Amino acid sequence: MMDAGRHPRIKLLTYSEIEEISGFVGNFHVKVRQKARYVLAGDCTACGECEKVCPIVVPDEYQQGFSSRRAIYIPFPQAVPSAYILDSRNCLGNNPLACGKCLEACDKKCIDYDMRDEMLEFNVGTVIVATGMDVYDPSEYDEYGYRSFQNVITSMEFERLICAGGPTGGHFVRPTDRKSPKSVAFIQCVGSRSTNGRGNPYCSNICCMNTVKDTLLLHDHYPDVQCKVFYLDIRAFGKGFEDLYRRSKEAGVQYIRGLPGEVTEHPETGNLVLTVENTLAGRIERHEAEMVVLSVGVIPRQDSEVVHKLLTLSRTSDGFFLEAHPKLKPVDAPTQGVYFAGCAESPKDIKDSVTQAGAAAARASILLNAGKVRIEAITSSLDEELCNFCNRCARVCPFHAITFGDKKLALYPRIIEAACMGCGTCSAECPTDTISMRHFSDAQITAQIDALLASNPQEKILTFACNWCSYAGGDNAGISRLQYPPSVRLIRTMCSGRVDEDFILHGFKLGAPIILISGCHFADCHYINAVTWTQQRVEKLWTKLDKLGIRPERLQLEWISAAEGAKFARVMRELEELRKQVTKEEIAETVKVLARDTKPKITRKQVDAVVEL
Amino acid sequence: MLRTNGKIPTQLTNPRIGVFVCDCGLNIAGVVDTAAVAEDAARLPDVVTVVRNRYTCAEPGQNEIKKAIVAHDLNRVVVASCTPKIHEPTFRKCVAEAGLNAYLVEMANIREHCSWVHQYDKESATLKAMDLVRSAVHRSRLLEPQEEAVFPVESAALVIGGGVAGIQTALDLADGGHPVYLVEKEPSIGGIMAALDKTYPTMDCSI
Repeated sequence: MMDAGRHPRIKLLTYSEIEEISGFVGNFHVKVRQKARYVLAGDCTACGECEKVCPIVVPDEYQQGFSSRRAIYIPFPQAVPSAYILDSRNCLGNNPLACGKCLEACDKKCIDYDMRDEMLEFNVGTVIVATGMDVYDPSEYDEYGYRSFQNVITSMEFERLICAGGPTGGHFVRPTDRKSPKSVAFIQCVGSRSTNGRGNPYCSNICCMNTVKDTLLLHDHYPDVQCKVFYLDIRAFGKGFEDLYRRSKEAGVQYIRGLPGEVTEHPETGNLVLTVENTLAGRIERHEAEMVVLSVGVIPRQDSEVVHKLLTLSRTSDGFFLEAHPKLKPVDAPTQGVYFAGCAESPKDIKDSVTQAGAAAARASILLNAGKVRIEAITSSLDEELCNFCNRCARVCPFHAITFGDKKLALYPRIIEAACMGCGTCSAECPTDTISMRHFSDAQITAQIDALLASNPQEKILTFACNWCSYAGGDNAGISRLQYPPSVRLIRTMCSGRVDEDFILHGFKLGAPIILISGCHFADCHYINAVTWTQQRVEKLWTKLDKLGIRPERLQLEWISAAEGAKFARVMRELEELRKQVTKEEIAETVKVLARDTKPKITRKQVDAVVEL
Repeated sequence: MLRTNGKIPTQLTNPRIGVFVCDCGLNIAGVVDTAAVAEDAARLPDVVTVVRNRYTCAEPGQNEIKKAIVAHDLNRVVVASCTPKIHEPTFRKCVAEAGLNAYLVEMANIREHCSWVHQYDKESATLKAMDLVRSAVHRSRLLEPQEEAVFPVESAALVIGGGVAGIQTALDLADGGHPVYLVEKEPSIGGIMAALDKTYPTMDCSI
């Protein structure tokens, strides 16, 4: 921690929050709000005089509320930066009549009640998301009595009670009578591996070994204390873990297979009685303990929404951030130039966090050392001859990469290539086919539609899937071997916003019974808000189809994320049922109607391009 | 963008397509009849050669592509294998090494989107794989060489979160010579780690 604080190349911004991140790989622009701490951190010597005179007493969060702190405080003795902070929610304020005691006590004059939040802006080439985890709150497990019985604590609270720097100076005592317990029971998997709707279904990875560690610590401090661990499975898979587990058993810790169904408190002694089905012995047992420690799980960081949105990240079904590939790119985010370290991506212990941090630093260094980045050649281009100055392209561009044109000045809309991310929304929205996408041209996509529907179109579900979410969701279904009907024929576009009305009508004209457009969930869209244009376009198309006498249900719209392989497979099964309801006669009627009512699919220019080849 | 071996550039003129169908061991060939897919591909317009590989992404497989580009004067390459999310960069690099523009390669995903999800309907999976290859071939005929834009990279890094992972990343990057902004929401760095007493498996202090 101290190394990070004094490293000449690390600019430490504590008590700060990300306000905005824009730009792209290699060129991110960042805005950070450094909140006012009302103490000049650079000048504060952490002498502690201010704290002595502060009249306000509040629970100390760092000590899990077991002790108290003042309104002006240092989070913990080894804090970096080593500086006090004034908690403005609890401080009596800058009214000298009300208080102002700390201001008087500070010799260095580093307290400033008028300090304001500061906005900092800078550019970076890469972003590492290390937003961490939160700890599961076991209150909903009524049967364990965490909210009712003082002597039931969590594993995080245990850490403070056993720590020499904790509220008891490392004397492990129980809350009711402040005596060292003679027996301690640990209950595993609280909030983890749960299938009954409470807590989370995943394994939190760290709790088994944390409990093994806790029992050894207790045994070291108090050799006579009797420890019992109630567990489902002990997962001691890491290097040196099995040794530690064995040591714990040799120290006399009892491991009992089965999670208690109930914990009750003896009203006089404050002792706890655990009723448990011992699944190895095959009987119901009752165990008494003076203290119970709930080994609580790890949950996704609850306040990482801002980062999630700004960096267009996705989450797996467990709520942790989704990596670019579970095996081959475990520290890369799907957004280029963004990497994960630590529990932001999944629950992990310190060793794994440090390992992943090293990997993230190495991955980021590749980019930083290269000093330049190649951007995929998928940007848009504009053919001025066809432009009618409607400026729709400039209006819909999520990145403001197209400047507005002006007919009177003969000023055409202009594409700023460096800002274009290649979503293709402009191209799909352009009424005159003025804008074409490099590598995802109308002609190329139409050729795919033609090829996929060339034979037996009535048996096929034509699907357009965005590169980032839905296509990857299909990949996820594959990796998970989730089976679905083989009728799907999928075309990849960078964004669902690329899917032109013409593609859909062309598909129906060729006899497609069902067409699906699938994109990212709104919060996940890699092109900020391009999916909103997808939705508007599809809604318009539904109306149009209805007017033409084509059932709008035949055009489906779904949001499927990269983690939702199961949803992808389910949607495909549902669409297959829909497809079976579309009769040959209905398709023939559609083809007839469209042949009469719609413009030719390929523009003159594209036809020329094909002829040229 | 143009071929570098001194021959007349042919990329913009008549497409000459090579199709490479991957067995991926049994991952694809265990379900999809790759021989039938290859046969079908050979009948498609502008396809001049079709090669089946056990593992197209492996070096022998890539060498086959490079050899075929030269031997058949290919100007388009279609690889029917896995998701482009994994190996599109691999094959783009491969064709570029053989002198072809990287954007003249197209992939048909007959593994994640086909063999792995239709494991119990081999016949339909094979028909679907044929369709996916047809789609890729028809698209490839219209592919054009592209030039990638190159942008400079800012030298600094942003690390969001000052727990053990953020601290370690920041230190590694900074030690590597890069300026780092380490942003932490709380008044001190340290995160959850700082609230722990001892840590396993070494049983030493967390801070």
